[in-house]
Amino acid sequence: MEKTWNNKAWFLVLPVLVVVAFSAVIPLMTVVNYAFNDTFGNNQFFWAGLEWFDEMVHSERLHEALGRQVLFSAIILAIEVPLGIFVALNMPKKGFWSSLVLVLMALPLLIPFNVVGTIWQIFGRVDIGLLGGALAALGVDYNYTSDPLDAWVTVIVMDVWHWTSLVALLCYAGLQSIPQAYYQAARIDQASRWAVFRHIELPKMKGVLLIAVLLRFMDSFMIYTEPFVVTGGGPGNSTTFLSIDLVKMAVGQFDLGPAAAFSLMYFVVIMLVSWVFYTVMSNMDRAGSDIPEEL
Amino acid sequence: MRMKSSAIVMVLYLLFLMLPIYWLVNMSLKTNAEITGTFSLFPRNLTFANYRTILTDPSWYMGYVNSIIYVVLNTVISITVALPAAYAFSRYNFMGDKHLFFWLLTNRMAPPAVFALPFFQLYSSVGLFDTHIAVALAHCLFNVPLAVWILEGFMRGVPREIDETAYIDGYSFPRFFVRIFMPLIASGIGVAAFFCFMFSWVELLLSRTLTSVNAKPIAATMTRTVSASGMDWGVLAAAGVLTIVPGALVIWFVRNYIAKGFALGRV
Repeated sequence: MEKTWNNKAWFLVLPVLVVVAFSAVIPLMTVVNYAFNDTFGNNQFFWAGLEWFDEMVHSERLHEALGRQVLFSAIILAIEVPLGIFVALNMPKKGFWSSLVLVLMALPLLIPFNVVGTIWQIFGRVDIGLLGGALAALGVDYNYTSDPLDAWVTVIVMDVWHWTSLVALLCYAGLQSIPQAYYQAARIDQASRWAVFRHIELPKMKGVLLIAVLLRFMDSFMIYTEPFVVTGGGPGNSTTFLSIDLVKMAVGQFDLGPAAAFSLMYFVVIMLVSWVFYTVMSNMDRAGSDIPEEL
Repeated sequence: MRMKSSAIVMVLYLLFLMLPIYWLVNMSLKTNAEITGTFSLFPRNLTFANYRTILTDPSWYMGYVNSIIYVVLNTVISITVALPAAYAFSRYNFMGDKHLFFWLLTNRMAPPAVFALPFFQLYSSVGLFDTHIAVALAHCLFNVPLAVWILEGFMRGVPREIDETAYIDGYSFPRFFVRIFMPLIASGIGVAAFFCFMFSWVELLLSRTLTSVNAKPIAATMTRTVSASGMDWGVLAAAGVLTIVPGALVIWFVRNYIAKGFALGRV
């Protein structure tokens, strides 16, 4: 659709600007202030220049947290994306069952993050949890509070439980937009199930799939509450991801300078990723949108 | 044959989703002695005492009231400011529109952990600490960009001719917007409100940081079962179940629009 040039549209955007400026720009400026200054907590600031950034870039602790974070996000994507596609392909297409399945699948998405943590904390406990109890009965030596590997498995299974539905629902929406005629044509050509998936379904899902991957990447990259409730970042530091480390540093130890420098770098990484995301998205929009209007 | 195998897949997947939730419900209906003493797949002595504890103790049930107040406030603020902005983005080109849109989106991507401490200081300094409006405003950080994004997608689907016809018929802009335009994108507003509700409801880090007593959300109230004499598993489980209920209700009402909202890929 042709848009007209009209600078008065700024007035319509103004309320959003005011609200977002209050809740984003002012706090961000505070962070910038801390990142370049040193303070002894009495509101006196001393210029510290790039000292904190230097400290953070060479911090062993940060490197380890970053390593864990990247590994975690990679594993999450490798499991959730294929599983989500697979589930979406098997979802009922219409009728009562389709509504019921949709509602049940969306349920984990609407549980507060710390309750998700609580559910899995209970579920995995050897003494009172179904999962922990069942594993113990099978003779598996499983204890997520003392064994790092078990803690990782628990956190990953929890995230798969929590977010696979999002990927599946996005893919399902993409699949719904494929006209029946495509499938009929494929049947006439006697295309195999794999060929239908590879040449009809996958290309149609490309757009939503990209969104799913980027959303999952970003949200897993800033995960905080769920692993914090389940493992508290432990045992040791084995499940301390970037956000957990950041909160520990800022609120726990009150190392404001380093924490602020860390925040800014963290933010820049996420900005870069979202820039790529946005560019790809708007290129797709311009190329005649993979997402049909009638949906 | 194919129907059958896909039914099996769905049953297995839903079983995986429902088991942990079932376990929580199961525990919430047991006494603490039964939870720690015996291992059973269903409650032997069915008890509603855990729920009674929560629903009769103000320090518990006020947590739900607080959460619902700030979630509703946030949804209303987000949608109200997002509507005109989304209209501007969908209809006009203006100076810096692309940069502005991108900047809004980066706020959706901002890690809340980065903002927790500055928010605390900002809202303390303006005297809004521990109020519902503080949490509602803080959640605007990610919900306003989201609402603009979703609404813009829906508005783009409405033909321009409708706007022009309305102006020729002598409608003023506000009247056109409320009387004609908003009903046309009602489902879009529903979807946007759903997602605002959802993200505000599940968020804990900011809402916990910004409150202490008067506006404390239920999610933060739940942590206190840990420090009480031992662990009060039954009450913790019951509180967890009650946090799932509002979400489940909302999903049921918007179930026919969820797929549509996701289809726009604007989450």
